[in-house]
Amino acid sequence: MSKIKSLEDLMKIKEKAVKDLQLRDTGKRGKITVAMGTCGIAAGAKDTLKAIVEALNENNINDISVVQSGCMGLCEVEPTVEVRLENQEPVVYGHVTPENARRIVKLHILSNQVVTDLLVRKGEI
Amino acid sequence: MPLTATTILVCAGGACISAGEESVKQTLEAEIDRYALRDVVRVVETGCMGACSLGPLMVVYPEGVFYQKLTPQAARKIVEEHILKGRIVSEYLYKMPTGEAVPEAVEKLPFFSRQVKIATRNVGYIDPSNIEEYIARDGYFALAKVLKEMTPEEVIDEIKKSGLRGRGGAGFPTGLKWELTRKSKGEKKYIVCNADEGDPGAFMDRSVLEGDPHTILEAMTIGGYAIGANQGYIYVRAEYPLAIERLNIAIAQAKEYGFLGKNILNSGFDFDVEIRIGAGAFVCGEETALIASIEGRRGQPRVKPPYPAQSGVWGLPTVINNVETFACIPPIIIKGAQWFKSIGTEKSPGTKVFALAGKITNTGLVEVPMGITLRELLYEIGGGSSTGKKIKAVQTGGPSGGCIPSEYFDTPVDYESLQKLGAIMGSGGMIVMDEDDCMVDVARFFLEFTVDESCGKCTPCREGTRQMLQILNKITAGEGTEEDLQQLETLANVIKDTSLCGLGQTAPNPVLSTLKYYRHEYEAHVKEKRCPSLKCKSLIRYVIDPTKCVGCTACARVCPVKAISGEVRKPHSIDNEICIRCGSCIEVCRFGAISKVSP
Repeated sequence: MSKIKSLEDLMKIKEKAVKDLQLRDTGKRGKITVAMGTCGIAAGAKDTLKAIVEALNENNINDISVVQSGCMGLCEVEPTVEVRLENQEPVVYGHVTPENARRIVKLHILSNQVVTDLLVRKGEI
Repeated sequence: MPLTATTILVCAGGACISAGEESVKQTLEAEIDRYALRDVVRVVETGCMGACSLGPLMVVYPEGVFYQKLTPQAARKIVEEHILKGRIVSEYLYKMPTGEAVPEAVEKLPFFSRQVKIATRNVGYIDPSNIEEYIARDGYFALAKVLKEMTPEEVIDEIKKSGLRGRGGAGFPTGLKWELTRKSKGEKKYIVCNADEGDPGAFMDRSVLEGDPHTILEAMTIGGYAIGANQGYIYVRAEYPLAIERLNIAIAQAKEYGFLGKNILNSGFDFDVEIRIGAGAFVCGEETALIASIEGRRGQPRVKPPYPAQSGVWGLPTVINNVETFACIPPIIIKGAQWFKSIGTEKSPGTKVFALAGKITNTGLVEVPMGITLRELLYEIGGGSSTGKKIKAVQTGGPSGGCIPSEYFDTPVDYESLQKLGAIMGSGGMIVMDEDDCMVDVARFFLEFTVDESCGKCTPCREGTRQMLQILNKITAGEGTEEDLQQLETLANVIKDTSLCGLGQTAPNPVLSTLKYYRHEYEAHVKEKRCPSLKCKSLIRYVIDPTKCVGCTACARVCPVKAISGEVRKPHSIDNEICIRCGSCIEVCRFGAISKVSP
C-alpha cells in the first residue's frame, strides 16, 4: 500500500470499499432469489448462485441483492431463479445454468429485458 | 475482493465474546466451508452492536435478519436453513413480550430505531480491523478536509460553534479547551485521549475503541493539527486488552496508508500516536493523575490550576479529551457545526451514549439525542423493568453520580438538569434499581468502590470516605443512630468541599442524593431497625408460612447451613440464628411458603 497523498486517492479507496458495505443495506433496486432446496442444489444451484454473484460484480451492479430460498415447487425446471425488480412483476426462470445466469444478469438486470426462452412464470403467485 | 451474496455481521464486542461469540463464529465458518459457500458468504466480526443482554448475536444481510442468543448449534442450523435455503430460523429471532418474533429487529425495535448514532455510527457495522471499511463510511475525509481546506483556527472555531462538550462527564466545552491549549506557549504540545473508563457498568469508550478505533486516530490527528501538537497518547486501561489490540492494528494501518506519520496527505503536518497502558486505577481517569501516569510517575492528582492546557504532559500544553468526545469530531467536521447543534438541546447539543445496566429489560449500549427524558430512555428504549417490579430509581454517573427517583423520570437528560437533581451525566452509566433495592445499600456499594480507589493523597478523601463507609456499614447492620445520620451528612459535605480532585469531590454524591430522596429509608434502618426493601441481611429474617408449607423438604435439602428443620409432610421452620440469608430456600420452594420479613 503506497501512502495516500490526496483526496483523489482517498476517494478511490472509498469507491472500492463502499461496494462491499452496500451489501449490508436492505434497501435496494431489487433482488434475485436462487432456490436452494435439495432439488435446486442437486441441479447445480450453488454454481448458479456463484455465477450470479460474479456476473453482478463484473458489471458493477451493487443495488441488487442476492438471496437464497427454499424449493418453489418447480423441481423439474431447477435450478430456478426469481428476479424481482422495484415496481415490476416478479419473473421466475428455470434451467438456470451458470451460463444462463450470466445472460439473465446481462439482459434482465442491465437492459430490463425478460429472457423469454428461460421464462417459467411472470407475475405474483 | 469478490462480491458476496450474503454478509453475516457477528458482534465481537466484549459482552458477546464473553457469551461465546468465538465458538459461534468458528462453527459458522466451518459450516459455510462444509457447504462450499465461502465464495458467496462473508463473515465479518464487528464491534459491539449494543444489545448486550441478547448476545452472542449476529445480523444476516441483505435481509437484515437479527439472530440472538446464539450457540454453535444455532450457527449450524442458521447456515443449513437460512444461508443455504433462505428459511429464517425463528427460534433464534428476537421475540416481543407478546411472543411475536421480529426478524428485522435492527430496523423495527425501538431499542435500535430510536437511537441516533454519531459517536457509535460505525460500531457494530464495520469490521474494526479493516481501515477500508472505515474509509467507505467517510473515514479520514474529515482529516483530509481539515488539512487541505481549513486553518487550525477554523477547525477550533467549527468545534466551538458546534457546542460539543466533554463526554467524560464534566461537560467542558471542547472547542474552548482546544483554543486555550492552542494559545498557550510551549515548545511542544500534546493531545491525549482519555480511555481510562472506570465507572462500574459503563463501557461506551471500550465499545468505540473496539468497534471503531480509526475514528479516535482521525479525531486526535485533527485535534493535533488544531492545537499544534505532533504527538498524541491514548491512555487506555490494561483491562481492555481487545481495545488495545484493535487500536494497535488501527495505528499500524493508519501509518501504512499515511494517515499517521510524516507529511500527512502531503500537507507538511506530522502526527503520531502512542498507546499508554494504565494499570486500572480509577483515579487515573482524573486528568492530572492521568498525566502523571503517562510520565511514568505514580498516578496521583495535583492541584489545579495550572490546568493541562497550560501545563500537561511533561509540563507542556496538553489537551485531554474523552473517547466519546473524539468520536464526535469527524462527523462535526464533515457535516458542520449547524448539523450537530440541530441535535440535542441548546446547551447540550448532540447525542450521548448510555450504558443501561441493572434491572432493565434491554441492557446494553444506546446512543440517544440529549434532552430525551429518562422515561423514554428507560421504558421505550430500555424496555422497562426486567423483574416485573416497579423501577424505583436510576443511578447515573457511577460512583460520582447520584440516584434519581422515579418521580423525576420526566426530566430531560442533559448536563444541567441532571446536576440540578444532585446526579451527574458522568460517563453515561445508568444503573436501574427496582423496589427490591435498598438505597442505603446502594450508597454503601459505591462508597466501598471509592474507598478502594481513593489514591490517598488528600486527607478528606482518604479518611473521610472511609469514615462514611463505616457509618453506612453500621446503619445497614442495624446499629446506626440518628447522630450517625447527621455525621454522615456533615462528612459528605466536607469531603465534597475540600477534596483535591474530582474523585473525592464527587464521592459523596451517592450518599447525598439518597439522603435527599430516600431519607425515610435511612430512618427506617436507624430508628426502626428495618430495611424496607428487605435487602440488608442483618435486618431481615426468613420465615416459613405453615399454612402454605407442605413439608416437601426441598428447602431443607438446599440450605447450605442446615438452618431449616421439620418432618416430611409437616410444616418446616427456619432457625434465623443459623440462617445466612442466602435465599436458596426461596428459589426452590414451589409453594411460595418462604418469605423475608423486616425486622
